Amino acid sequence: MTSNIYEQPGRIFDIQRYSIHDGPGIRTIVFLKGCFLRCRWCCNPESQEYKIQEMTMAGKTKTVGSDVTVGEVISEVRKDEIYYRRSGGGMTLSGGECLSQPDFSEALLRAAHEYGFNTAIETTAFAKREIIERIIPHVDHVLMDVKHMNSAKHKEFTSQSNELILENAKYIAENASHLIIRVPTVPTFNDTPEEISAIARFADSLPNVTELHLLPYHRLGQDKYAGIGRDYTLAHLTPPTNEHMQMLLDAAEKVSSKLKVQIGG
Amino acid sequence: MSNIKFVIEKSPRIPRLIEHLYANMPEIEADRAELVTESYMQTEGLPIIKRRSAAFRHILENIPIVIRPEELIVGSNSIAPRGCQTFPEYSFEWLEPEFDTIATREADPFYISPSTVERLKKVHPYWKGKTVSDLAASSMDPLVYDVFMNHGMFTVGNYFYNGIGHINVNYAKVINCGLEAIIDEAKEAISKLYIGKGDYIKRKQFLEAVIESCEGVITYAHRYSELALKEASECSDSTRKEELLKIAENCDRVPGKPARNFYEACQAFWFIQQLLQCESSGHSISPGRFDQYMYPLFKKDLDEGKITYEKAQEYIDCIWVKLNDLNKVRDAASAEGFAGYGLFQNLIVGGQNEEGIDVTNDLSYMCLEATMHVRLPQPSLSIRVWNCSPHDLLIKAASVTREGLGVPAFYNDEVIIPAIMARGLTLEDARDYCIIGCVEPQKGAKTDGWHDAAFFNMCRPLELVFSNGYDKGELIGLQTGEVENMTSFEEFYDAYKKQEFHMIEMLVNADNAVDYAHSVRCPLPFESCLCDDCIEKGMSIQEGGAHYNFTGPQGFGIANMTDALLAVKTLVFEERKVTMAELKQALKDNFGKGIIPKKALELTTEVVKELDSQGVEVNENIIKSVYNNISTAQSIPEEKKKRYQEILDMIDALPKYGNDIPEVDSFAREVGNTYTKPFEKFTNPRGGIYQAGLYPVSANVPLGYQTGATPDGRLAYTPIADGVGPASGRDTKGPTATANSVARLDHGVASNGTLFNQKFHPSALSGMDSLEKFVAYLRGYFDQKGMHVQYNVVSKETLLDAQKHPEKYKNLVVRVAGYSALFTTLSRSLQDDIINRTEQAGL
Repeated sequence: MTSNIYEQPGRIFDIQRYSIHDGPGIRTIVFLKGCFLRCRWCCNPESQEYKIQEMTMAGKTKTVGSDVTVGEVISEVRKDEIYYRRSGGGMTLSGGECLSQPDFSEALLRAAHEYGFNTAIETTAFAKREIIERIIPHVDHVLMDVKHMNSAKHKEFTSQSNELILENAKYIAENASHLIIRVPTVPTFNDTPEEISAIARFADSLPNVTELHLLPYHRLGQDKYAGIGRDYTLAHLTPPTNEHMQMLLDAAEKVSSKLKVQIGG
Repeated sequence: MSNIKFVIEKSPRIPRLIEHLYANMPEIEADRAELVTESYMQTEGLPIIKRRSAAFRHILENIPIVIRPEELIVGSNSIAPRGCQTFPEYSFEWLEPEFDTIATREADPFYISPSTVERLKKVHPYWKGKTVSDLAASSMDPLVYDVFMNHGMFTVGNYFYNGIGHINVNYAKVINCGLEAIIDEAKEAISKLYIGKGDYIKRKQFLEAVIESCEGVITYAHRYSELALKEASECSDSTRKEELLKIAENCDRVPGKPARNFYEACQAFWFIQQLLQCESSGHSISPGRFDQYMYPLFKKDLDEGKITYEKAQEYIDCIWVKLNDLNKVRDAASAEGFAGYGLFQNLIVGGQNEEGIDVTNDLSYMCLEATMHVRLPQPSLSIRVWNCSPHDLLIKAASVTREGLGVPAFYNDEVIIPAIMARGLTLEDARDYCIIGCVEPQKGAKTDGWHDAAFFNMCRPLELVFSNGYDKGELIGLQTGEVENMTSFEEFYDAYKKQEFHMIEMLVNADNAVDYAHSVRCPLPFESCLCDDCIEKGMSIQEGGAHYNFTGPQGFGIANMTDALLAVKTLVFEERKVTMAELKQALKDNFGKGIIPKKALELTTEVVKELDSQGVEVNENIIKSVYNNISTAQSIPEEKKKRYQEILDMIDALPKYGNDIPEVDSFAREVGNTYTKPFEKFTNPRGGIYQAGLYPVSANVPLGYQTGATPDGRLAYTPIADGVGPASGRDTKGPTATANSVARLDHGVASNGTLFNQKFHPSALSGMDSLEKFVAYLRGYFDQKGMHVQYNVVSKETLLDAQKHPEKYKNLVVRVAGYSALFTTLSRSLQDDIINRTEQAGL
């Protein structure tokens, strides 16, 4: 990591302002490039590779990914400072996986805190313990996915097994100032009451965790797969109905002692 | 997290009132025109002010009256629901050629019966040469008249053809003291006049006209009382009979005497609101701070247990419906500029009082609730916001915004109060401001703001720079030199400012001519007696009787001109990628794109007429080929078209206003000031000053239709940017970025008002959490000294259109699945998903 955090370089592919449905207040989301997982439903497939790549959408080719410094990102994030103050919002790191660029993420989060902005990360928590130990002190809200309790199935759909993730979940629950567990609810993968109940039981067992968000599967990103020359393997799936989501929510609540379960995040 | 306050059940009467009101197309009636003509014929030789009051009284004593089914608040200017009368004393000639087409025209059609046409045709000849419009035309400098009528640089058409309106009057005085007290005040003032003074005669005439007008209004109310009694005696339904008897009692009492309860106050308010729009055809008669002047009697009734919230809400809802019963017919061109039968009756809630204390009350919330109940365009509901506004009032307002009606509009006390103080208002008066019409602030009951004085198209002076002052072959501007010979951006920009200033001077002459004509031909004694200091000065509003006098012409096109001037600066002078000659030709050729169909048709007709006049035989094939050539630019060689596309792409790639780029936005501020600042030196005939606004109503579309291509890449005859917002589709960084850009303009200098429209999808406001964030967003914009903002929460139709024309909707925010995103950046399939979802939500 550079001695001046503002000079720390990193790779992002988008900055989105006025995000109002992820975390408290009005937020700016910084999307980092690169991820350890290859979730089949991923709505940002162009975020998975660390390398800068081309994507063709609606006949137009654009470059995905750019190398920036923390100072450059923060000056963009600061543009909505006045709205964070009014709403209690701030900066969210998403991706990609922010833990795949730990120096950059740590510097960004520290810089945001220097300006007094609330910070959040959306993460798979698939990373070495020492990286998590470095990042967590600078995060006000961790939004972490637990996708499946069965390691084999986890690996089949995301390319990685779940042991490291579940271990890290315990650490984060004990050490983070706030942790929300999120479940992307994907048909044929984890959308049975049994599978959701298993996740809920696990989440319920984590200290300090009181919120579980079930995020219904959607097709966002489908067109992007073709745009980067890949197949979308879930084209046959239809998003779960409201009734089905409600049924899963009931199942999750039934097995938990302290969780508040909601649909969407 | 708060809950939404004042959710009150809607009376079943309200939907039935609305259904009756909207059962038929609005209709033009001839009674007022006949009565005003009759009276004028009898009063020839009298001073104009006395002729006005005599005519007003004659109308009020004789115009047919009606109580609509189930009404609780009565008084209609026409027998037909949403009908209208005509006002030949202002102008009439435009109506005659429209008799056959007015029912089928695109903007604001009206039904007119054959007998009405006959009756109007009978009275119109009397007015030839006698109208306000005639005098205004002959009072303008000839070149100015030509520029206004034939060149579309600006238009003063609104007040040239119609009454002025754009006023808030002393409703509180009528409610609390009654018109009889005003009559007494006028009599007292007459008794104090000294016969030896030079202005004795004019003052006395004015005060007598006030007395006659007020008496006429009291008589009119009594006619309603008698009608209600008669209908009660014939009514078999005992509930309705009771209601009619109560109406009879109300109309016997008010507005002559003080209102004793909230219901009487509502009826008194309504007669004033309605009859101001019978005395003159001026629109934007704005109720202003209704929640303030109606509150004392509401509170009294509530404390004494005489009224429930539900009943009070029903009366308010009834007034909301009645505000939609009034209507106005305009000429076809003006109707496009004010599209939607708009009367712009602006009613504002919340904000601080004269002492700087927040005075939000129960009625503030109930007014918002009324708009939720009736879901109609009127009133133009507004809300004052400042640091001490209650949070739950803003949440309530946001919940109304979410309904997608485009209301309420939000106004920032923290900007408006100092802005109008800088125009000479006292601190106390400034704190008590209300909004007139669209967005214009004034101290109510004390101001003749002459807001909406003109539309000024900021794109046209740039055309004059390219043509060296010529338009349609005539020299109307300054000769700033051949544009190809200009050697620096400063020279070019300076030429723009000179052309603009020259047109502004003409606009001032045109406005002042119209202003003068109103004072000579249509002073309004009734309106005047409800505005300070007319009685004291013994002078009508139109002659300068109001305490504060302004003229407020509005400019628009700030976004287009910012982007256009920067394009010239960058591409022509700095990077030298395009020559000026090339750009000039590109604009002339509309970038090789051909002309939009409607305009192409018009131009074809002109060409064909020309050919015909030269004796060329025109057949269908020739017409077709002329049209094709115009609409597809066939005669421009492909190579040239390719180059034009390159130029368009270069323009497209430049940074644009609306994306939170400080350098671009500060230039926009400067461009705005080139329009607003020069006005500070001009004066009007009423002893007041000019103050500019930056907003277009809906004129950015019709006036854009008269404007050729501009260097920002805007194609010929397409709309100009609306209000102070970015050009359509050019802001791509989300709503906070756009708001930050807009906040960088100098809103305070545009003290006649600025207008900022933003679009949101309803899903971005769904749930309490989103409402909270929306309010925070609004506060953030206002913290940066934005002056006004209103939100279009868009429908499925818009989303479908956004799919067809994504370039126009780059800034449309939608909620997707657990997060919000820009609609046009989503995949087609997901867009379809969202559109279908919207439909389900609409069930």
